[in-house]
Amino acid sequence: MILRVQQTAETVVAEAQAGAFEPILLGLIVLLPLIGFAINGVAAILAARTAERRRWSSSSHHGGSEGEADEYSNETHSVMDAEPTGVVPWTHRLPSLVAPGVMLLAFALAVANLFGMMGVELEEPIVRTYWSWIPVGELQVEAALQLDQLSLLMTLVVTGVGALIHLFSVGYMSHDPGYPRYMAYLNLFVFFMLVLVLGASFPVMFVGWEGVGLCSYLLIGFWFSEKANADAGKKAFIVNRIGDFGFLIAMLLIFVDLGALGYVEVFERAPQLDYAGPVVTAICLFLFLGAVGKSAQIPLYVWLPDAMAGPTPVSALIHAATMVTAGVYLVVRASTLFAMAPAASLLVALVGAVTALFAATIGLKQWDIKKVLAYSTISQLGFMFAAVGMGAYVAGVFHLMTHAFFKACLFLGSGAVIHALHEAMHATHSHADAQDMRNMGGLRRYLPITFATMAIATLAIAGVAPFAGFFSKDEIVGAAWIGSAGELPLSQASLFGVGGGTWMGMIAILLSIAAFLTAFYMGRLMLYTFFGPNRTGEAERQHLHEVGWTMSVPLIVLAVMSTIGGFFNVDSLVPIVNLFSPFAFGGDAALHNWLHPVIIGAEEVWASNTAAIPEVHHASWPILLAILVGVAGLVLAAVVLKPQLLGTPEETPAYEGNLEKVLYNKWYVDELYQRIVVRPVWGLSRAFYSVVDRGTIDGIIDGVLGRGAMLLGLSAGRVQTGQVNTYAFIIIVGVIVVLGSIVVM
Amino acid sequence: MTLDFASQADYLLALLPEIVLSLWAMLVLMVDVFQKGNRVEASRPVVAWLSLAGLVVTAAANGWLLTIEEAAVTGMVAVDSFRVFVNFIVLIAAALAILISIGYLDRRGINRGEFYALLLFATVGMMLLGAARDLILLFLALELMSVALYVLVGFDRRDPRSSEGALKYFLLGSFSSGFLLYGIALVFGSARSTNLSAIVPLLPSLQESPMFLIGAGLLLVGLAFKVAVMPFHVWTPDAYDGAPTPVTALMATGVKAAAFAAFIRVFAVGFAGIYNEWSVVLSWLALLTMFGANLIALTQGSVKRMLAYSSIAHAGYLLVAVLAANAYGAAAFLFYLLVYTLMTAGAFGIVIANSRGANELNKLDDYAGFGWREPLLGAVFSIFLLSLAGFPLTGGFIGKLYILRSSLEAGNVELAVSLVLASVISYFYYLRVVVVMYMRPAPAEEANRTVLLTGPGQLAMSVSAVAVLALFFVPGWVLDVAQRSVASLFTVPGTFFGLGP
Repeated sequence: MILRVQQTAETVVAEAQAGAFEPILLGLIVLLPLIGFAINGVAAILAARTAERRRWSSSSHHGGSEGEADEYSNETHSVMDAEPTGVVPWTHRLPSLVAPGVMLLAFALAVANLFGMMGVELEEPIVRTYWSWIPVGELQVEAALQLDQLSLLMTLVVTGVGALIHLFSVGYMSHDPGYPRYMAYLNLFVFFMLVLVLGASFPVMFVGWEGVGLCSYLLIGFWFSEKANADAGKKAFIVNRIGDFGFLIAMLLIFVDLGALGYVEVFERAPQLDYAGPVVTAICLFLFLGAVGKSAQIPLYVWLPDAMAGPTPVSALIHAATMVTAGVYLVVRASTLFAMAPAASLLVALVGAVTALFAATIGLKQWDIKKVLAYSTISQLGFMFAAVGMGAYVAGVFHLMTHAFFKACLFLGSGAVIHALHEAMHATHSHADAQDMRNMGGLRRYLPITFATMAIATLAIAGVAPFAGFFSKDEIVGAAWIGSAGELPLSQASLFGVGGGTWMGMIAILLSIAAFLTAFYMGRLMLYTFFGPNRTGEAERQHLHEVGWTMSVPLIVLAVMSTIGGFFNVDSLVPIVNLFSPFAFGGDAALHNWLHPVIIGAEEVWASNTAAIPEVHHASWPILLAILVGVAGLVLAAVVLKPQLLGTPEETPAYEGNLEKVLYNKWYVDELYQRIVVRPVWGLSRAFYSVVDRGTIDGIIDGVLGRGAMLLGLSAGRVQTGQVNTYAFIIIVGVIVVLGSIVVM
Repeated sequence: MTLDFASQADYLLALLPEIVLSLWAMLVLMVDVFQKGNRVEASRPVVAWLSLAGLVVTAAANGWLLTIEEAAVTGMVAVDSFRVFVNFIVLIAAALAILISIGYLDRRGINRGEFYALLLFATVGMMLLGAARDLILLFLALELMSVALYVLVGFDRRDPRSSEGALKYFLLGSFSSGFLLYGIALVFGSARSTNLSAIVPLLPSLQESPMFLIGAGLLLVGLAFKVAVMPFHVWTPDAYDGAPTPVTALMATGVKAAAFAAFIRVFAVGFAGIYNEWSVVLSWLALLTMFGANLIALTQGSVKRMLAYSSIAHAGYLLVAVLAANAYGAAAFLFYLLVYTLMTAGAFGIVIANSRGANELNKLDDYAGFGWREPLLGAVFSIFLLSLAGFPLTGGFIGKLYILRSSLEAGNVELAVSLVLASVISYFYYLRVVVVMYMRPAPAEEANRTVLLTGPGQLAMSVSAVAVLALFFVPGWVLDVAQRSVASLFTVPGTFFGLGP
């Protein structure tokens, strides 16, 4: 695991050559999606003008069609509004080329940089400064990008998976009237995501951080005509503000205590702080609060399931593969700081593990195919946080990467299923819910490519060897077992008076159960969607057909990556895993070696602050357990669940029994938040309004000053005269208070 | 050139921008009268353009002030770059107000040349307010500004809401002027001078004098009234709501900028020696304003009223900068004022664009589908709203960040935290407008509603929006200028602003 790196560290240093590496068009990688946004944005504005004009002219002819649309569920709009018109306007054709085009170019540039960087052993990050952004006194923030192993890896994931999802969107969204706008938002999102991962300082990262939040909000509410969607967008936005608040405070603390905000300076100076002291712990906890909001962990995860109201490719790109992993990236980026704060790190791991299990239980009893995947994403993010919290940074990033492959594949696959069901239901004017698994069943006969690719991704997420998820998930759970044996630096730390080793043992158990549940609910999803008899309806069945090439190609590529993605990091020291060493890409434990320069700061912190730890010895039983758990989950689902007995939503109740009811209702957390947060704030603002500005004060002083007002002859009008009085009274009270306090002090 | 005010003629030079603008305002009145003769009819567009030209010429004269130095900081009129910066902000506010008036006045049937002339006279008052180093001049400037504004608020005599707003503003305004004047009298009584530079050296001895302190407190009340700090804000929602919208925009931006500049000159610089006496009570007022205004804004159904409360809340944020009472605070204040002027005037411009003829009720629902009907103005409005909320990627964020920083520098941690919390509340109501604008379909009968903002107005809004964005990405230049501008303030003896940037 992470100690694997320490053993290879010397060889890495030995091989390091002083060869200079010049990043290839670094700025252009970021700029390309922005250019795409500009072009698509102009198309969107022009298209909106024409569409609006057309809508008015058509709605005046047949006015009643609006209400009908509302009965359709979320995604129906994409097809609903797609009235086939003769000629596709240029505003709908241009984005199909521009949006995926800029992404492919950006990906190509990222790959070029990868090859350039592989030739040299880069020890220090490369920072490119463009202009001086915030120059105030000693606060100097540059608009600068930083290229190192971690940011390049993230860039590859963002542009690579992003390009595939853009391509998928061409097939999925091109009939939507808002298609150019959609592509513009998507490009803008990628721009900000690249700013986030490539930024060279916390403030620049924060710009990307906010920008992706904004785009996420715009895309969740993309089908804004439904209140639920607009509300979901708002919820995501506001919940994320809480997280951003944490990020801001953390930045402030970093600046106050370290006097810099650029990564290079901050991590250089971080070891000056007290190890495990209150300052660095506070910084890390606030950073983690930011991460919790963005990456949907307990307690701020509530926005992500609602975010599924957006188009499915958006869920794949933003809410599975990239944006929600920004929190994990943040922790790894700040690994030097987190290594200084072992208690905060353990908390990160614990929150991650609990979230992993908690979200997995909810995933067991959802009927909406996208909701299952949403909770699955929350759960998998929990795995990543557990990893980075325990100091297994590379394992976290590894899982981030493989998760991007298989979860994007699953989401796009579910998108293909929903798309097929929509078209079928649209053809027969059915109003059934196209996302409810009870309306699916037996789809493998109609959507063979989708089925095959999703099946591979399911094997990957369930952790079946040799698919990608096996390697990454095993590395995380394995790290927890190693930590529980006292062989990780954090085993010596303690949180709430309990030792790190004990915590990590608990984390290992939590994660193992979560992994078992993951396999089970994914098996359930596959069974209900693709097996058993078809429940879509007689007439609809005729219209079910496989998706076009723009949608199947991304699925196939992602399925391939879900299969081989794990071979980027095969560790020959781990038993059983090392059986796959012959297939490993880039040599033994390639990802560990690649990312080592990024986390070397954390290792140095540990080396100087913790007692020597016993040498890691890899047992084979954790690996066997992990395999067993994954397979058992899938098998249990296959044995227990009977897709042939399942009926449509009318026939099958959403839940039976109390436990199922609680799970179906997501442990009632939304209701809890409504009661303890939302309603009190509303009540307070109403009260303020009525007491300070209206009514109540009038009532109090009408009796006292009302007559005086009459005498002054101000009561000519209706309500207003009373209020001028009130106003004067308020001012007098203010004056008395102000003068009183000034003189008394 | 150096002025020592030994000769009265020096004042002619020191007041050149104000003199130019006053003469120009009279010229505007004359041009209007001679064009119309005895006919009763709407003024020609040339009057508006002439007024704008006046602002440009004044701006040039204002820029020329930078070449002048003063021998000592004892003159009634300050000739420093702080004043020049504030003047520019005021002039921008006035120009935006005029640009959104074009066409608007015709629609309401109140296009008379006096409107522009009064607007320019009010602007002269604001400029003097930012320059006053003498309490008498301060009072005169305040009244010059206010009298013109009372008339402007009630300019649409036939509209009961306009008249009502004007009456309330006038009554309560006179009321507060009384406090201010009484405060000046008490200060004069105890310090034997109304000139701030003469008062500053006496502060240590005056610290214990109740008469002086009460005078200072009354001054504080008078200024707090003009900048609409709670609880002296009570006139604001009605006056802002009733006034013709361009006047509202001017009151929310120019007036506030000028009155705050006076606040800085009198309190943060002049009365810095008794900081401990006024800071505590002002902190409480700032807290009340930030939370109270934001909470009340949540409940507003009218966008114009919501913006009125939003401007009150912003007075609270600006107070935090004043309370920082350090070089960063004053610089942050100037920077934020610029952003604030652009985004607030811009937001009121959109209110005009989306009103129905003379009816400016501007319910939230009236914005349904606005973003799609008018993609450009919708995007521009979103930028203004997000910036008002302090969302990153807009100038409003950088502005708030600077204020926060100055506040932390001064050790006012609780104020900084409150500012952040209060602006989190504000996200909700700003965002609600964006949501309605884009995510609720417009009712079908609204199909043929046209946007009621003329080309120049739309252009002004767009330029302001671009500026708001630019102030996020390249704020360095403006901030640099702001910092150099406030450096001149710290030459006033007796101040503890030793810590320049």
